[in-house]
Amino acid sequence: MNLLNHLRRLGSFFLGDPARRFASASAVLTLSLAIVLSSEFVNDWHSYQRQFLKLVRTRPDAAALERRFERGIHQIWIPEQGIVDRCTTCHLGLKEVALADVREQPFRPHPTIPHSLTEFGCVTCHRGQGAATTVEEAHASTKAWEQPLLPAKYLESSCGQCHLGPLEGTPKLNLGRRLLARYGCARCHSIPQPDGTAVVPADDPPPLRHIAEKTSREWLFAWVKNPQAYAATSTMPNLQLNDQQASDVASFLMAQSTPSGSAPAGDALEPTLLPVTIDASSSGKEEGASLYGSSFCATCHAAQNAAGNVVGGDLGPELTGIGGKVDAEWLRLWLKNPQAYDPRTRMPHYRFDDRQIALLSSYLLSKKGEGLLANVHLPTADAASVARGKNLVVEYGCAACHQINGVNAPQTFAPDLSRIGSKALAQIVFAPQMEKTLPDYISQKIRDPRSFGHGLKMPKYNFTNTQIEALTTALLAQTGRAWNEPKNLVRLAPRRSDYHPGGEGGRLIEDLRCQSCHAINGSGGGMAPDLTTEGSAVQRAWLEEFMRNPGTLRPALIRRMPKFNLTPGEIKTVADYMISAYQSPGFDPHTLDPHALTGDAAVRGKDLFYLKYACQSCHIADYNKDKGYVGPSLTAVGHRRPAVWIYNWLKNPQAVRPGTMMPNMRLSDNEARDLTAFLMTLTARENGAAQ
Amino acid sequence: MTKLISCCLFSLVLVVSLLLLGGCPQRISKDKAIAPKAYGTELVEVSGGNQVTGIGSDLPEPVVLQVKDKDGNPMAGALVAFHGERLRFKPGSALSDSGGQVTTFVQVAFASGDYQIVAETPKPGGGRAIIKLREIALGSEQTVGQGVHETYCIQCHDRQSIPERVSNFDNLSPAPHEFTDAAALNPISDADLINIITYGGPALKESPEMPAYGATLKPDEIKAVVAYIRALTRGAAAAQLSSRRAP
Repeated sequence: MNLLNHLRRLGSFFLGDPARRFASASAVLTLSLAIVLSSEFVNDWHSYQRQFLKLVRTRPDAAALERRFERGIHQIWIPEQGIVDRCTTCHLGLKEVALADVREQPFRPHPTIPHSLTEFGCVTCHRGQGAATTVEEAHASTKAWEQPLLPAKYLESSCGQCHLGPLEGTPKLNLGRRLLARYGCARCHSIPQPDGTAVVPADDPPPLRHIAEKTSREWLFAWVKNPQAYAATSTMPNLQLNDQQASDVASFLMAQSTPSGSAPAGDALEPTLLPVTIDASSSGKEEGASLYGSSFCATCHAAQNAAGNVVGGDLGPELTGIGGKVDAEWLRLWLKNPQAYDPRTRMPHYRFDDRQIALLSSYLLSKKGEGLLANVHLPTADAASVARGKNLVVEYGCAACHQINGVNAPQTFAPDLSRIGSKALAQIVFAPQMEKTLPDYISQKIRDPRSFGHGLKMPKYNFTNTQIEALTTALLAQTGRAWNEPKNLVRLAPRRSDYHPGGEGGRLIEDLRCQSCHAINGSGGGMAPDLTTEGSAVQRAWLEEFMRNPGTLRPALIRRMPKFNLTPGEIKTVADYMISAYQSPGFDPHTLDPHALTGDAAVRGKDLFYLKYACQSCHIADYNKDKGYVGPSLTAVGHRRPAVWIYNWLKNPQAVRPGTMMPNMRLSDNEARDLTAFLMTLTARENGAAQ
Repeated sequence: MTKLISCCLFSLVLVVSLLLLGGCPQRISKDKAIAPKAYGTELVEVSGGNQVTGIGSDLPEPVVLQVKDKDGNPMAGALVAFHGERLRFKPGSALSDSGGQVTTFVQVAFASGDYQIVAETPKPGGGRAIIKLREIALGSEQTVGQGVHETYCIQCHDRQSIPERVSNFDNLSPAPHEFTDAAALNPISDADLINIITYGGPALKESPEMPAYGATLKPDEIKAVVAYIRALTRGAAAAQLSSRRAP
């Protein structure tokens, strides 16, 4: 009661009459004004600027540093990019090379990067709120601003906003973009790029229209249940189906299958077309293994070796358990001509004879892998199961990747990812107990899509942490800012073409699927050398001999050109085509006078080769003496390369083949001529014996 | 009337103080301290030391340590705690498993250069067994250098062969310096390293086995390679080149 009395007296003192009320109100207002004004002097950036001055004054070059320091708010303003960055108000040492030993923020100098801060600002790469002047608002996400600072591990994503192709110095981003293509993400998601292109899938999901010829319902069941149990390197994701669902899917896939026509028409379907098996004796198996090796199947296919390591390329499926998967007759027909079963396969049409097919198929069928099908006993497939299976196939969008009879490829099946990297946090439904940030959301979606709730369709991939970080980096580059960058800042990805060679030679090049490994005119794989100008790079006789019996040009390479068993006529056709169609437009045959390649020049060239430039460090010119493993062997280069090509190559390798690791030695014209003369004398055979 | 005002005032003060309290940053409760079930006398590295990663990133592989007892046998149930300036560990401490092993994932901070992991486990009679591991974080310039290294240098300057790449190291005489060879590379100045890459070995009276890359690589790329070499051999502050350019 006493307190109430006091309050009452206090109230009448301040609010007793209009004059007192006015006086009180004025006092309150003046006080508020004073607080507001003084807060201007006790804020984050003022104290950081004072701290910076204190730091600077302890240093030997204090005078120079202090002279460069400017008090007040600093701002980088780049209207065409929409950048208003005041970060440099507190980050005062960014441009001070002299502060290299300072490791504490906000005064650390910026590490060396290819861009200048004044041209690009800060938020383009680091995100955050550039115009803010408090620590909290600039770095963290607030209600009014949804872009917190980007964690450093995803920083390369920012480069990807302008640089749409692979970039030196952003290995994580490059890997992420390769993975987006490799795992066929773009088959369900649309991932358009700001330059009008889109992520193109680089996987090779097989068609399922004739699947019953290829494998069994039991295998399909086990595969759909867990693809990685069959092959650890498989890119097929786990759809996380239960036994019943997997069985239904397998039933439907078998039911929809139609004959492929890969088997010759009519009564030639007789298995006697090919010798069915080579006896299981060890000699037959050894011969098969050696044919597998000499055909360089491992260039594209991986398989587990005796030591338990999976060794080989990843262009085709892993073959560790192939014997438990495929039908024997299907395999023989496939080896005879894969394109009869799958016209779009990347597998070349080897010209195996019947005996080779029998050897190879027996060898492959002996690769049974683990007991994948040991405990698989499926109920007979009834119409209800088939119908349920079809519903599942439609629901899970299997046809987005695989061709399936009676099921069309779904359109706009999964969310569009064109701007996923700047998706507003308010639009995201986070899973419980996860960090509420965009990078965490994206990486968790990739790591375990179903953790966001049941009934979601995205399947589970077996990515490593490194792969998830790379994929997240690539997706974070898909921002709204990327779509609005000024045109002059955008660096386009190299254009892909859909070049197909024409004519009879072109038909053979397609039949051999040369472009699965070799790029020609901007279209094709990157595993083997680009063939766009191969016609001017090789001698015709060598080319024919190489196709007859692909030798080993680089002693250290595992992946090699396979032997296709071409007929002399086919070899002539392909060689004709390559020599005439794949000429280098920039090659002037008059840059080198063939009469200048004298014996004297060759002697001088030999000294240049061995003494001045030590070419034998990387190349082998003489099998008995040299050991260089890096570049191709040169023992027979005089048979292989035209002199004018060698001369141009030596003068400037990068001009002939961009990106080659052969250094440009800045040779004078005379040196290049002498070296060419020496190299043209190297005409040994493979075994090293001089001709 | 006054009663009403005072009531209002009181509730206002209450609401404001509640709001203020709510706005206070809440301390995140730390991991519950784990009690060791057993004690080892020695900590050894199984894997995970000397890794190279990008700034702010996880190390590519987890760090795996093993606790051993005085006879050298693996010790299960021993407590291992990880520390390290500007490093984040997941988990920060753990009990060793049946094989005596402890695994942790490590994230480095924003700065490029060296990081040191310090792991410790209490010994039976008091005291601690300690092991220190070094890890390396690459900044943007060093990452460019690493890329150049993997295209042009690694064939000769790395003695390790992998299935995709057979090392040329043993074919060369004199042998090239591996980029981790601090004793050989640290005494060479930045300018000399840049010259030897640009103009080849003979420029510094070294072997012509080292070709000139001045017409193949851009000056920035050569500087980046040197920055990468420094990060591997000197670490920490020395990862910055003396001739570095301000951004």
